Amino acid sequence: MSVLDQLTGALAGGDVRVVDLTHRLDPDFPVIVLPPEFGQCARFRMEEVSAYDHRGPAWKWHNLTLNEHTGTHFDAPIHWVSGRDWPNGAVDEIPAEHLIGPVCVIDCSAGAAQDDDFELTPEIILEWEAAHGPIPAGAWVLMRTDWSLRAGADYLNMAEDGPHSPGPTPDAIRLLLDRDIRGFGTECVGTDAGQGAHYDPPYPAHFLLHGAGKYGLQCLCNLDRLPPRGAVLIAPPLKIRGGTGSPLRVLALIPGGSK
Amino acid sequence: MTLTGPKKKDPQKRTIVPTLPPATRSRAGLGLSVAAAQGRFALQHCAECGAVQYPPRDACHACLSHDLCWKDTQPYGKVLAETRVQASPDPYFRERLPWRMGSVRLTAGPVVLAHLVDVRRGEDVQVELRLDRAGQGVMIARPKERSDDMEDDPVLRAMGTHPKHRRILISDATHPVARPLIDALFAAGAAHVFAGVPEMWRRPHGVSALEGLENVSLLPLDVTDPQSLKDAASEIGGKVDILINTARHIRPGGVLGQDTTAARDEMEVNALGLMRLAQAFGPGMAARTADGVNSAAAFVTVLSAHALSPDPAFGAFNASQAAARSIAQTLRAEFAPSGLRVACVYTGPTEDEWHQSLPPPKVAPKTLARSIVDGLQKGLEDIYCGDVARDLAERWRSDPGLLEREITGGGA
Repeated sequence: MSVLDQLTGALAGGDVRVVDLTHRLDPDFPVIVLPPEFGQCARFRMEEVSAYDHRGPAWKWHNLTLNEHTGTHFDAPIHWVSGRDWPNGAVDEIPAEHLIGPVCVIDCSAGAAQDDDFELTPEIILEWEAAHGPIPAGAWVLMRTDWSLRAGADYLNMAEDGPHSPGPTPDAIRLLLDRDIRGFGTECVGTDAGQGAHYDPPYPAHFLLHGAGKYGLQCLCNLDRLPPRGAVLIAPPLKIRGGTGSPLRVLALIPGGSK
Repeated sequence: MTLTGPKKKDPQKRTIVPTLPPATRSRAGLGLSVAAAQGRFALQHCAECGAVQYPPRDACHACLSHDLCWKDTQPYGKVLAETRVQASPDPYFRERLPWRMGSVRLTAGPVVLAHLVDVRRGEDVQVELRLDRAGQGVMIARPKERSDDMEDDPVLRAMGTHPKHRRILISDATHPVARPLIDALFAAGAAHVFAGVPEMWRRPHGVSALEGLENVSLLPLDVTDPQSLKDAASEIGGKVDILINTARHIRPGGVLGQDTTAARDEMEVNALGLMRLAQAFGPGMAARTADGVNSAAAFVTVLSAHALSPDPAFGAFNASQAAARSIAQTLRAEFAPSGLRVACVYTGPTEDEWHQSLPPPKVAPKTLARSIVDGLQKGLEDIYCGDVARDLAERWRSDPGLLEREITGGGA
């Protein structure tokens, strides 16, 4: 029996389970809010084209309006100025084999529950490695914060001095780049902390990751259902010509034994 | 006479179907409607012999000259005779009998036929041109001193859009006008205000100040989101007597330098949003224009006066305003059979962050609120708020080409 036969058998038998890490695309799902004088991320909008009526008697369909970075979405290297010249840095150019791979989940939920500005530091990563072994090259690293349980204004958590949400420090990202990861993902609206503008460099996850040709995933959920390691992440963005990112359905394959 | 609030409806009775007074006018006669829509009292004046005439005609009744122009006229006079109409074959008047009519000699000369409101034969009166339910200008004679109770008169109530006892939907509570507008509406006797909140998930600025206000309900409503409109209309669509659209997206910038993404947002909110609002709430309102004391009366939208002629510094925004104005005009035609009035409130630059660097005069939210409510009380279709808007509209009426050159600083 081939590996793939074994996999489909395991999927059918429940030895491998599928976890959906995706939020519903909904007009009220928060998007990043920038200062009003900047261009803004389009909200998800859906307009009926026909609904089994005079506009199309036997079918229903919608036109959608959204940004590449609306909802659960993928960031390609060319999203950031530091990755603008990266070869194959647009979503349509990324090799298909990069879109499925191993995933490590670092649980920061206890810290994020205490501190909205909780930082993922190199120490936390090294602790994780001490417990679970080294992060393999080509792995996705996801920062679990349980932030996805928040809704509405609490999700962006905007204050007069900007948003407050957990994220990685510049050194944490540098360490992950040393491990040659495939990409970094979070439950928040961006891969960077809400206050990430005040790091050096500003927005280190975006700046350093994309500058090194790595990918980002954000607005993930259900990370609590993933094991620290051993799961497989399936994250193929839409094949948009020159796209800087894309909403997508993110799935994880986990061992059937884990919760 | 004081109008009492409506009783709860008997759900076993059919809602009264709107009827309209006669709507046909000659081309000359439409001049009265144009003046009434703006709240002006204007009559035809002969440019050759100076005669003032009524009813409007194609030639001067004194010298047969065709050179007639509409001019604001002294609105005072004396009631010569009055009558009480007890029978009428017209369904609209039959439902409202008896109806008091009279002839009034104006100080300007002509004798006019007017609906009488709180006045009798021999009294000195002020005559106003008001839009009736058919959207045509008619004369009403009322006491020289205007009173709030006057608006309770069944004749004025039947033709007007007064907020008293009515339930009002303000489409976007994040507009700076929302709070003063709510206050002004309640001061005018409004029964309830529904205030739409776009992107409720963000807890937008200014909305918390409206939480907990008596007779104010906040509800999620976003004119760019068809589902939110559907949800809101299915909940309160049968209770909206007056809709005031305050949704506005504005960014400075002309056409060459402006992003189409910003322009698209402006079109989405300002033009298509108006269209979606009308589609969601309009049919329900149009069916209720004869529904007793709190019948549906008006659909109002706030526009920049530059909808008439653009200010290049806000070129893309003004394109959305011109589009919105055009949509409002079509709505006026589409709502005409129901008698639901469509009013456009034209404002000059408003006092907000997007006009911060502009010198005064700018329209304060309170001023805008007062204009909207005043326009509703008078039943206007064209409401001009502030000197900038009034002046711009005046110049636009007299010569749009000249106005364009004045704004842009000349031709090429």
